[in-house]
Amino acid sequence: MTLFLEQMLNGVQFGVMLFLLAAGLTLIFGIMGVINLAHGSIYMIGAYAGTWVAAETGSFWLGIPAALAAAAVTGAAIEFLVVRRLYGRDHLDQVLATFALILIFNQTITILFGRQPLFVSMPDVLGGSVELLPGLVYPVYRIAIIAVGLLVALGLYLLINKTRIGMLVRAGSTNREMVRALGVDIRLLYTLVFGLGALLAGLAGFMAGPILAVQVGMGEQILITTFVVVVIGGVGSIRGAFFASLILGVVDTGLRAYLPGLLRQVMVGPEADALGAGISSMGIYLLMAIVLLIRPKGLFIRNS
Amino acid sequence: MNVRKTLLVASVAALAAFPAIAADPVKIGMITTLSGPAGYLGQDIRDGFMLAMEEGKLGGVPVELVVEDDGLKPGQGKQIAERFMGEEGIKLFTGIVFSNVAGATVPDIVDNDAFYVSPNAAPSNMAGKECNPNYFVVSWQNDSLHESAGQNATNLGYKKAFVLAPNYQAGKDAIAGFKRYFKGEIAGEIYTRLDQTDFAAELAQVRAAKPDVVFQFHPGGLGITFLRQYEQSGLMKEVPMVVAEPSMDGVTLAAVGDAAIGLNVTSHWNSDFDNAANKQFMAAWNKAYNRPVTYYASQGYDAALAYASALKATGGSLDDADAFREALRKADFESVRGKFAFGPNQHPVQNWYALKVEKGDDGKPMLKTVGEVLKDHGDAYAAECKM
Repeated sequence: MTLFLEQMLNGVQFGVMLFLLAAGLTLIFGIMGVINLAHGSIYMIGAYAGTWVAAETGSFWLGIPAALAAAAVTGAAIEFLVVRRLYGRDHLDQVLATFALILIFNQTITILFGRQPLFVSMPDVLGGSVELLPGLVYPVYRIAIIAVGLLVALGLYLLINKTRIGMLVRAGSTNREMVRALGVDIRLLYTLVFGLGALLAGLAGFMAGPILAVQVGMGEQILITTFVVVVIGGVGSIRGAFFASLILGVVDTGLRAYLPGLLRQVMVGPEADALGAGISSMGIYLLMAIVLLIRPKGLFIRNS
Repeated sequence: MNVRKTLLVASVAALAAFPAIAADPVKIGMITTLSGPAGYLGQDIRDGFMLAMEEGKLGGVPVELVVEDDGLKPGQGKQIAERFMGEEGIKLFTGIVFSNVAGATVPDIVDNDAFYVSPNAAPSNMAGKECNPNYFVVSWQNDSLHESAGQNATNLGYKKAFVLAPNYQAGKDAIAGFKRYFKGEIAGEIYTRLDQTDFAAELAQVRAAKPDVVFQFHPGGLGITFLRQYEQSGLMKEVPMVVAEPSMDGVTLAAVGDAAIGLNVTSHWNSDFDNAANKQFMAAWNKAYNRPVTYYASQGYDAALAYASALKATGGSLDDADAFREALRKADFESVRGKFAFGPNQHPVQNWYALKVEKGDDGKPMLKTVGEVLKDHGDAYAAECKM
């Protein structure tokens, strides 16, 4: 039972991490209609900037503003210099341009930091693990990630549902032309949304530093899963991204944890392990396919 | 007009007087992985190889190293090889990091009567039935990395092991190699994903199975991620870990830091080896590059030494392929790992050592050699190779 609880916590933690990335991506995609492949690069830049500042100053906490600032500035620069020219173009042009950005950022980071992954230190407060329940030992850092992720989700909920900007964002994701026709400065709104998305990606990157490898190309690894979240949750829906992230995190973790064991009941060990690993790595894509069949617009978009 | 004529006459005279100087250098084609997360592997192989080139010469013969990035794509590796052989007329090859790229590229090279000396990847099929007289390996056969880890776990007295590796060919070979030499019981076996970033689900299963020891194979960034999460979960204090060198090279160690202390590693080479060739290599490395040395660099260096020995024996001539092959087969060079010879399938016969991660004098963790694990170890496939 404790093992099951631990696995569920693992799923939630993975989901929360995905949410930080997916929130920005779904907003950018939903409101501006731009497919931003460079979102993963912003995640990487957040990780590098934060980790580097933390290592140079010796303070983990100083890394947080550095990561956020670097990510937001990069995000705004991408929007201003590249993406702004692509709103009217079709998705293929956007994919090409933002894919080029991935290559440019990866190479720039290689020139600046070299190809070796960076060393990341963690403050003592967040190191180690605590016993949540008898027998359930869980790393403090992962609990912190869950807490930060839930706080961000709450903050976004309030921002989107209770403020004027949030109202514009919601309106923009439903009917862009109408918002523009009503005289809203859509350009400013776009830059803001892009910056906000980048900020969240940078935060995710920095938080991922101590548990993952801070290395060139780290963004592309997680980008595909993030797109799956966006598709399942419904393009443009923050609420959808939140629940889809959690579902995906829990499903992925659950499959990895339990599928090989279940298969071993009906077939020989090594084959069950290999097949289990194979199916569980397909799991999230199967889930996406099923969702697309039943609700093509995503789980949390009302079909109109 | 006159001036030009005079110059022309002068240059013709100069050419006639010193014919030897005009000889072209021997070209060596290096196809390696320089981009992406695994880019540091190819970078170290390349830089190690170049360290062995003294003033552009190998074995006293002028050489030109032509390097191209395969981007970890088998198709790209094959294309580069074809271009190198066709347009550039290159006969000597080296550099490939990954077995999947090697599998697509090397057969093409050796079938065209060019030579290939592998500084890293050595998949099992090419060590056995598909071995080739023009194919040499100076690193190791893939399986022996993990066989040494299995032997190490047995030597350390562990009885119950939990094994984890990514779900692809090299991962399966790793687990098979470990099991071949581990005498205890396997408490659990998990195949992870190559693109996995979170290992919490697997670590929870390790904890539940309560093994004596964990063996894992996760190269490059995957290994850093795995080790960090293993340490953070508190498992490092409960269950010791045994790995082979791909999961704990100099770069991984620098990135993981203190979390790796206590780790048992097996390797065919370590930076602290006490032999003249290695001391020379380490001095040259530290002088030339300001970054941690990896065993990949030592293998690049040894690959260059192997070519140097053959070039020296033939005086730089590749016209007689049989003579060049014979010279290469002798392995007449001082390897940085110490004792080295080619087995019947032209893969190494060498010793394997146990290393341990300890705190060094400067307070930083370092890999320390603590003993020998396997002596004059070849590979399991040599018997299948008919040359």
